[in-house]
Amino acid sequence: MTVLTVPMAETGTASITRRTRVLRRLRRNPLAVVSFVVLALAGVIALLSPWLAPYSVDQTDFARTFAPPGTAGHLLGTDDLGRDVLSRIMLGARASLQVGLLAVATSLVIGVPLGLAAGYFRAWDAVISRFTDLLLAFPFLIMAVGLAAIRGASLGNAAVAIGIAQIPGVIRVVRSDTLRLKSLDFVAAAVVDGASDLWVLARHILPNATSVILVQATVAIPAAILGEAVLSFLGLGIQPPAPSLGTMLATAQQFAARAPWAAVFPGVVIMGLALAFNVFGDALRDALDPKGDRR
Amino acid sequence: MTTASAPVLEIRDLSVSFPTETGTVSAVDGVSLDLAAGEIVGMVGESGCGKSVTAMSLAGLLPSSARVTGSVRLDGTQLVGARESALRRVRGREIAYIFQEPMTSLNPVLTVGRQIGEVLQVHERMSRRAARARAVELLTLVGIPSAAQRVDNYPHQLSGGMRQRVMIAMAVACGPKVLVADEPTTALDVTVQAGILQVLRDLRDRLGTSVLIITHDLGVIADIADRVVVMYAGRVVERAPVDDLFAHPRHRYTAGLLSASPQPGRHAGTDRLTEIPGLVPVLASQPDACTFADRCPAADEQCRAAAPPLEDVGGTDHVAACWHPCITAPTAAQEANR
Amino acid sequence: MARYLLTRAWQSALTLLLSTIVVFVGVRALPGDPALALAGEDRSPEALEAIRRHYGLDQPLPVQFAQYVERMAQGDFGVSIRTGTPVSSMLTTALPVTVELSVLAILIAAALGVGAGVLAAVRRGRPAEWLANGLALIGLSVPHFWLGLLAILYLSVATGLFPASGFVPILEDPVDNLHHIVLPAVILGTGLAAIIMRQTRSAMLDSLSSDYVRTAKAKGLRPRAVITRHALRNSLIVVVTVVGLQLGGLISGAVVTEQIFGLPGFGKMTIDAVFQRDYPVIQAVVLLTAAAYIVINFFVDLLYSVIDPRIRVTGDPA
Ligand SMILES: Nc1ncnc2c1ncn2[C@@H]1O[C@H](COP(=O)(O)OP(=O)(O)O)[C@@H](O)[C@H]1O
Ligand code: SF4
Ligand SMILES: [Mg+2]
Repeated sequence: MTVLTVPMAETGTASITRRTRVLRRLRRNPLAVVSFVVLALAGVIALLSPWLAPYSVDQTDFARTFAPPGTAGHLLGTDDLGRDVLSRIMLGARASLQVGLLAVATSLVIGVPLGLAAGYFRAWDAVISRFTDLLLAFPFLIMAVGLAAIRGASLGNAAVAIGIAQIPGVIRVVRSDTLRLKSLDFVAAAVVDGASDLWVLARHILPNATSVILVQATVAIPAAILGEAVLSFLGLGIQPPAPSLGTMLATAQQFAARAPWAAVFPGVVIMGLALAFNVFGDALRDALDPKGDRR
Repeated sequence: MTTASAPVLEIRDLSVSFPTETGTVSAVDGVSLDLAAGEIVGMVGESGCGKSVTAMSLAGLLPSSARVTGSVRLDGTQLVGARESALRRVRGREIAYIFQEPMTSLNPVLTVGRQIGEVLQVHERMSRRAARARAVELLTLVGIPSAAQRVDNYPHQLSGGMRQRVMIAMAVACGPKVLVADEPTTALDVTVQAGILQVLRDLRDRLGTSVLIITHDLGVIADIADRVVVMYAGRVVERAPVDDLFAHPRHRYTAGLLSASPQPGRHAGTDRLTEIPGLVPVLASQPDACTFADRCPAADEQCRAAAPPLEDVGGTDHVAACWHPCITAPTAAQEANR
Repeated sequence: MARYLLTRAWQSALTLLLSTIVVFVGVRALPGDPALALAGEDRSPEALEAIRRHYGLDQPLPVQFAQYVERMAQGDFGVSIRTGTPVSSMLTTALPVTVELSVLAILIAAALGVGAGVLAAVRRGRPAEWLANGLALIGLSVPHFWLGLLAILYLSVATGLFPASGFVPILEDPVDNLHHIVLPAVILGTGLAAIIMRQTRSAMLDSLSSDYVRTAKAKGLRPRAVITRHALRNSLIVVVTVVGLQLGGLISGAVVTEQIFGLPGFGKMTIDAVFQRDYPVIQAVVLLTAAAYIVINFFVDLLYSVIDPRIRVTGDPA
């Protein structure tokens, strides 16, 4: 839970009690604990997958194509080229998480400063909201189509397309939290004391907006993971032979009649990852809610 | 009680507690009060004293988690523990409510005429058209100019005072026996306040409605109430006719309230009763002691060892729950006011 | 109201102009000679020269842009490199499929999402709420193209209940048309339903604890009237906004769903075009999606102002 050690500085000591309260609420929520454990496990497996995977991802075995799950040596079976499904799923999940983090990082790097500016400087608000409208007019898939046409399909381009499509969401939550914080006494006091705008934004507003940014990131990651799966499934994301849960499903669709089970596992893993993030995101949001009574 | 006729509303030993995450909260403890026909009773006390909870419990409007005991009789009919369907017939028809925030208490997406008419459609089975026509009359009754146009306005098109008049029109639409006004003027300007109080007085005179008006503004009480009940930490600590209370407060808390409020008998404006040091305790259970003891200058062992009973303290119908009631004690402020 | 609509119309027009510029610039950013990209099979120097003249590629950029806008406005999106047919006629056959799919999906999603959201808010803390919340979380997390795959495998192929792919135009045979499109629409609707459900639930919880709902209860209204006339009506304002914001997701979703179910719509056309490097088609798709999104959102705003009198009467958004 290292993410939560980011300082949340409403004011000095209050921040410490607030952080402990949030952590306590999370620890007491069984769903939060379970989803966190799942995510931690997934993270470890993804990190170590090149070493943990029983087979190399592109090790083919034409003698044993379409081995069903439970086949000796291939727990989840093999695919059309006799490659080990379990190994491919482990590395595919790793790619999913990579895209998720990369996309969200992209959206935060661009979205947070714009959200702060839109909320803090009145003059910028109109311009930035036109920019937001413009981004919204290009759904992530269309963005990916355009990027793929211009730069070719790849993991990086998929992540960027998804990340750009997620910028408006970041701008919206950061902007509204900035508006809220700007009206609070301690910010007004800092302004009266002659602090520069940048100082106020960096020292007072950004640290306090951390919690909404965190929640936004937690719900954006699963959306990005699903987005990657879609793009790879369509051939607009990760390119074969590199393993991806989306491309595995695309292959499974072609051979669905011969090996229907191949369509099951990658989907379950995508859903499991997304579900864990979404459940944890909900729990985090509730734990951060000062009213605290809404599940 | 020395009221001649039987009371319209008879509250006996009403207690309310809420189970919460952090334990039980006892909000109201053993409140008894009668409301005679056409009488205006004021209820005062600091925030958190249990005034609103008392008010909401009368028609069973508390959240379902609330545990309510005691008795509330409306013209002899028991309301505590009554069936939801029976309570629905009481709400808005026999006991009607006006709330503090006229800005948020009206539905923003329905016209005021529709919202007033709704009560009539439900309780009087009026047609929508008849209800609308009656709504215009009611708006005129509460002093809204050009009511025929206003009836089609949405709440956001009206000022705060106007909206509170709409709330009153809605409340008296079915000619209720009891009108409960929970801080009806707190959110309004002083000048607007006076108008609202005048409307309430008028309605009492014209329709004979009994009014329970809740406030923490002693000026409002002095202006409109016939009798006053003072609440502290969920209990009634003093009850008296309004003049008697202002002239001879007996309970130490009441005396504190009066001296904290600069000029009783006038509008105290936005002055709140916060000048007494300390806070109203939030109690898990009701102790056998005076709950004001921690803030009371006259507190002693007896006060901490036993809860003082509500007893006659002289005058007509003047009771207080204090082991050491103020004997003389017109406060400095009152002295100045004479 | 008029002022509000004018502002929104002006903003929409501006966004439309900006997105056209983005696409125009995007087309120039395509690798290689744009004339080559537009040329299709015939790449002789004469043909390329003709294309340059037709598309004004020899003109300065602002002039090119003006001509570009003019062509797009006339519905001249060029000719498909692969099939040689005008892109506009490809669109007229593909669009109805996508529109039908999307409209059906939205209807399903709204019915499911609003219903479950209201139920979850009203039955707060009861099993019905947990069930609705759980389903919504799953709906939010499941890749719906995968659901589509499973549905084809286990519903269409295994039982033959639904056709696994293909499409019959609605005018040809409405029943068969529905038979082909209902499964894809349900699949596409589920993800959207989850989002609508969560927003409805949270908006309903807000309005159920609001002062005006307290007033409605104090008037002696029945719970049903309190919920529908007072709480839900206010919550719908939020829900409509959310649906508007989800349109982008819906468009993306339609592309994938069509691909899986083999529906000959906009989405399938897009994906085929990407793999065939059919730039005129890609360009038309990107531009039209953006335009559709902007126009539909403008209408959502109109709807919004019909539901919310604070906008309708005075023009101040709440
Ligand atoms: N639904 C509830 N759950 C728990 N406690 C409540 C609830 N409603 C009121 N209380 C508590 O009851 C006490 C009295 O509240 P209230 O009657 O609103 O005071 P006031 O005199 O200001 O109107 C307060 O301590 C409040 O916190
Ligand atoms: S009973 Fe005692 S503590 Fe309570 S008000 Fe009277 S003197 Fe004060
Ligand atoms: Mg109150």
